[in-house]
Amino acid sequence: MEIAHYLQLVLWAILVNNFVLAQFLGICPFLGVSRKIESAIGMSIAVVFVITAASVICWLLYYTVLLPFHLGFLRTIVFILVIAALVQFVEMVIRKVSPSLFQALGIYLPLITTNCAVLGAALLAITKDFNFMKTLVYALGSSIGFGLVLVLFAGIRQRLDIVPAVPRILRGMPIALVTSAILALAFLGFAGLVKM
Amino acid sequence: MASGVSLDREFTKGFVRENPLFILVLGTCPSLATSTTLFNGFGMGIAATFVLVCSNIVISLLRKFIPDGVRIPAFIVVIASFVTMVDLLMEGFVFSLHQSLGVFIPLIVVNCIILGRAEAFASKNGVLRSALDGLGMGLGFMAALVVMGTIREILGNGTLMAGTPYEFAPFGEGFKASPVLVMTLPPGAFLTLGLLMAGVKRLGERS
Repeated sequence: MEIAHYLQLVLWAILVNNFVLAQFLGICPFLGVSRKIESAIGMSIAVVFVITAASVICWLLYYTVLLPFHLGFLRTIVFILVIAALVQFVEMVIRKVSPSLFQALGIYLPLITTNCAVLGAALLAITKDFNFMKTLVYALGSSIGFGLVLVLFAGIRQRLDIVPAVPRILRGMPIALVTSAILALAFLGFAGLVKM
Repeated sequence: MASGVSLDREFTKGFVRENPLFILVLGTCPSLATSTTLFNGFGMGIAATFVLVCSNIVISLLRKFIPDGVRIPAFIVVIASFVTMVDLLMEGFVFSLHQSLGVFIPLIVVNCIILGRAEAFASKNGVLRSALDGLGMGLGFMAALVVMGTIREILGNGTLMAGTPYEFAPFGEGFKASPVLVMTLPPGAFLTLGLLMAGVKRLGERS
């Protein structure tokens, strides 16, 4: 029963309530980074780790420090600082442990701080009153959903760039947005899959 | 400081020429999410403008005291303080708007427009210029949101000004009964922004 519930939550976060296509979180990296499949995969892995870790740490801080001291209103400031510190920490660890991965991710790592999906996941877990396990599963599912769409879209975009049929006025950002509209329409088909 | 650009140009550049949404493609997340109706878009625009002007002023005042190495975290703390103020004020005075904008009010913190203006403008220019720059950019962002909200509300909901006492149905009650629902859903948001961006590009090429 419990396991089934968590599986439902994962499916819901990946397909039904997708971060990019249903909740509009993390649109900037979605439009900016997704030009090559390799960099999209690298970015996705980093984001999955940062979102999951940040949501869990923010949840713990909120319920063990902020709420007991009646400082709930400070959560936006505290969460963004936690995220900035975490991204810095991840950057340092990756640089020490695996210089080759650091080379591959290099430029995308600092950008994660201003990815609204990270702060969004941490805040949504609090506003939805999730417990610790649910927060962990929700953050993991949502970030995998983000990565999935990022990689899917990178694949489409690689082809879009070489298609000559796109009208000149639509080239670049406009056609990317129209394509995401069609992708979002496809994801609407998952709407009835899981009820949360 | 020493830039030769006149003050009124500093103010008006955000409207069309350097419009944060249509030209610079910044702040796309809140604009896609909150432009379901004209009123929501307007509310988000006001909130972002307030934060933008206040943070630009404070950062411009502090620009000589903030060490270069910790400049980004310092900017984020300033911005986050104003966002918290806006969040609490909106929860107290316009509760229904606060509910419909939801998580996107605290997310103003990570809106690229605000951090971008702090880094690119307020940290290098005087207080008056920074305030005008923030106001112009904020109003440009708000105008973009209002245009998107108007289109999506009329087509997707069949109404205009919903959420205010002046609500009416521009295409009549028949259209309101069966509107193009997909325009208020996520695909409509992407489509509206994409086509508007193409339109602005076309206008820019003509002039």
